[in-house]
Amino acid sequence: MLAFLPIVPLAGGLAALAIPADAPRRLLLVATALAHAALTAATFAAAPGPAYGGLLELDAPGQLFLALASALFLAASVYAVGYLHHEGGGTKKDFQDGAAFVNAPERIFTMCLCLFLAAITVVCSTRNLSVLWVGIEATTLSSAPMIYFHRHRRSLEATWKYLVICSVGIALALLGNILCSVAFYDPASPLASMNLSEMLPRAGGAAQPWLRAAFIFLLVGYGSKMGLAPMHNWLPDAHSQSPSLVSALLSGALLNCAFLGILRALQLLNAAGMGAFGGELLVLFGLLSMAVAAVFIVGQGDYKRLLAYSSVEHMGILALGVGIGGTATFGAMLHAVNHSLTKGALFLVSGNILALYHTRSCHDARGLSRALPVTAALWTAGFLAIVGSPPFGIFVSELTILQAMLGGGHTLAAVIYLASLAVIFVGMSAPVARMVQGPLPPAIRHPGPERALSLIPPLVLLAATLTFGLYLPRGLTEFLRRAAAAVTLGG
Amino acid sequence: MELFSSVMVALICVNLGYLAVTRLRSLARLTAVQGVLLSLAPLLFAAPGDHGHALFLSLGVLAIKGIGFPWLLARTLSRLEVNPVVEPYLGYNLSLLAGVSGLLFSLWLETRLPFPPGLFPPLLFPAALTSIFTGLTLVVARQKAVTQVIGYLAAENGIFLLGTPLSGQGSVWLELSVLLDVFVAVFVMGIALHHISKTFESIDVGRFCTLRD
Amino acid sequence: MHTLAHLLLALLLAPLVPGVINRVKARMAGRTGRPLLQTYYDLAKLLHKGSVISQTSGWVLGAGPAVSLAAILCALLLLPGAGTDAPVRFAGDFMLMAYLLGLSRLGLVLSALDTGSSFEGMGASREAAFSALAEPVLFLCFLSLSADTGSFSLSGMLGAGLAGAVDTQRLFLPVILFVLLLAENSRIPVDDPNTHLELTMIHEVMVLDHAGPDMAHIVYGASLKLWLFAALTVLSVLPARDMAAPAAWAAFVGGVFLVAVAVGVTESIMARLRMERVPRLLGGAGALAALSLVLMVWR
Repeated sequence: MLAFLPIVPLAGGLAALAIPADAPRRLLLVATALAHAALTAATFAAAPGPAYGGLLELDAPGQLFLALASALFLAASVYAVGYLHHEGGGTKKDFQDGAAFVNAPERIFTMCLCLFLAAITVVCSTRNLSVLWVGIEATTLSSAPMIYFHRHRRSLEATWKYLVICSVGIALALLGNILCSVAFYDPASPLASMNLSEMLPRAGGAAQPWLRAAFIFLLVGYGSKMGLAPMHNWLPDAHSQSPSLVSALLSGALLNCAFLGILRALQLLNAAGMGAFGGELLVLFGLLSMAVAAVFIVGQGDYKRLLAYSSVEHMGILALGVGIGGTATFGAMLHAVNHSLTKGALFLVSGNILALYHTRSCHDARGLSRALPVTAALWTAGFLAIVGSPPFGIFVSELTILQAMLGGGHTLAAVIYLASLAVIFVGMSAPVARMVQGPLPPAIRHPGPERALSLIPPLVLLAATLTFGLYLPRGLTEFLRRAAAAVTLGG
Repeated sequence: MELFSSVMVALICVNLGYLAVTRLRSLARLTAVQGVLLSLAPLLFAAPGDHGHALFLSLGVLAIKGIGFPWLLARTLSRLEVNPVVEPYLGYNLSLLAGVSGLLFSLWLETRLPFPPGLFPPLLFPAALTSIFTGLTLVVARQKAVTQVIGYLAAENGIFLLGTPLSGQGSVWLELSVLLDVFVAVFVMGIALHHISKTFESIDVGRFCTLRD
Repeated sequence: MHTLAHLLLALLLAPLVPGVINRVKARMAGRTGRPLLQTYYDLAKLLHKGSVISQTSGWVLGAGPAVSLAAILCALLLLPGAGTDAPVRFAGDFMLMAYLLGLSRLGLVLSALDTGSSFEGMGASREAAFSALAEPVLFLCFLSLSADTGSFSLSGMLGAGLAGAVDTQRLFLPVILFVLLLAENSRIPVDDPNTHLELTMIHEVMVLDHAGPDMAHIVYGASLKLWLFAALTVLSVLPARDMAAPAAWAAFVGGVFLVAVAVGVTESIMARLRMERVPRLLGGAGALAALSLVLMVWR
């Protein structure tokens, strides 16, 4: 069954390339998403065995991120039907500098979406470090054309920065893989493959300085893909210039996959008994990301960049949680779930706002509650969720991490953590409040009805994170605990 | 082993060449030279009895790095109507100085790191590290977008060279898939370069300044 | 005796080198060209001519060429022959040779400045700038040679040949020394000796105001300098110590004229570099020299 998991989106993508008409193609997109979601759900029902000779092997952390990616992709594909219909083809005028531009052909866009899902599936369902690398590089390559959907200067600039920074970063991660090989080098009993199942039992005998160096390179390499400061420069540009559903997928699914790469490296360190070293580095990067995000969120004038910096902040929280260890790792896993759901919903909602107002400025897009009431409600709810106010799920996960920090005696880290959260709360509330309230701008007199397809996906995602904030099902708690244990105990 | 040291010295010269050449076409040709030299590397590390694998990998590297990348680069350069001169942010002599310092640093590092005995033959580590430094210098210190792609290729070549002694561990298909990934990356970058040239009417990355806070 | 034989050889045969270069250039251009011994005739003619000296110049104008020739002759004393030691040798004599070359250049530069004409001044400043870049490269070459042979005297460094089998880094040295030859002797691609446009000249314009015996000193000094650098290039790879004496001398002289032919060919196939590119050429040669030094030390 695991063998089919990446094949389904791959086949869907190639088929999308072949279909000439738009409507059947959009249906195929949703069908692919549904099939993938069904297969993913089946893996929860019955744990699948390894596929392709051990190249693909699903364990708890991988299954977690795979499920998140699948759910988000389903929401995004439903949203895409309405979005692509609304976009249409032909030449448009860029609202920021008035230049004429076209959209990319829809066939290419749909194909890249499906290939992107296939690549994410490969990343999540492998324990082999080389296959992981290939998968992450494939996600970079398949998402770059999607960022360049609106073919104008700014998105091209964003795409180029994304391509170069992420490719160079991932090349450093390959160097980390090689150093890992050096650490495990033993001419008497050579490693058969870079599979974690083989490396984890032998981790105690690995050469420690090389393993440390490997971890640093893997952290920097995959960290630049994940958006940890100071390697995050591509993130605000790419996430703000791409179409909203692509931003949702990038923030909600892709950053998690890069995080998975770091988690695999941390598993190795923990198995070798050097978890403290890795933890310190992760805490450092996490706090730095949160601080940098806080600085750039205050006074941010572009609401999509605001969301992008919020992603940087939450990736910092994830790194922080995993770095602290113990209960905080469980908190980080829970945080990953809630953040993906919330950020996905927020980006989809921002797409609705952009479609009506044709501006990304927080100052010019006002009067949301009058123009798009449901969207405004979702926007406010999403904002409350993402800054960590109860009753949404992020509050629970952030509180868990805070408890673990205080319990472990990391007082300074806790102070910086709380300070950043507070600054971000204040920084985000100003633009959001400004957008929701106030009079309508003169250009938007007759906004028209809100489309169901653009409201239902974010509504479902936000409802899910609200549920998780109020009540965590026992099955989910057990699953997250298993995922956390896989990381900390190196099992 | 004399052949091996000669190949490594030639690779280091190619790296210094990357920093010193002025024309984009010469830069693309240097990638071809580096690719051909790298395709010799798996053969020099072939375990006895494993010659089939090593030969296959060597041919794959030759096809992708020795022929594929230079062809892609040449195609991109001819389609872009671009001034054929490399425009540097950091002058040529200073870049050469940086390259030589990188070489000195990697030679010093080779004496300090606790290598597993018998894994890396002498001069492999400095050659690989110099390639990585050179590649990163090209990405950062040159104005044109296409030199960033070439710098990325040079860094990848260095990383690949560092991984060659370990190629016995793991299957040859994974190595080839890594190479193929890089190939597709360069292909996508080529397409992006084409769009950049049409949209911005230049491939100067200094013009990428609209997106900022 | 053997040691002085090399000096006599240099003094007698040096003017033949520019002749060979010019002949090669002419042949490659499809002309017959000047006679091979033309430089000798020119020297004889110049020694008999008088010179017209401007009133703005002082005594430096006449002293410059004399100092220059004297310095080159002293530098020749430090140069070893094929398989033999130099007449004057001591540890560190390569530094003296480099500075003697600098002194000869200084003499020409000062006499050029003394003419009071702006063309000569321009040429002098260009020459000084390029030589300032070439000198570190020369030192790096000498240092690699001494790192390889373990000797700090030119007589020990040169003529030792290649150690062991094909020694890749040693092969860089003749190439670098050849580039230095082109730079120091004002050959294409650094400077065009045949140009008649003063604004494009470097070396030629410095000596524009000299005539008669002064010019003879300059021409003879230039040919000796060519011989010196060609000898350095040949001796850095020729295993003269391991060869029998007649064979070694024959190979040495043959090598020097081979270098002359190579200079002629280079001058015919290349164009002169733009002046801003000459530092880059020298920088590249310097990087190669640094690389060969580093690799030799690391071994």
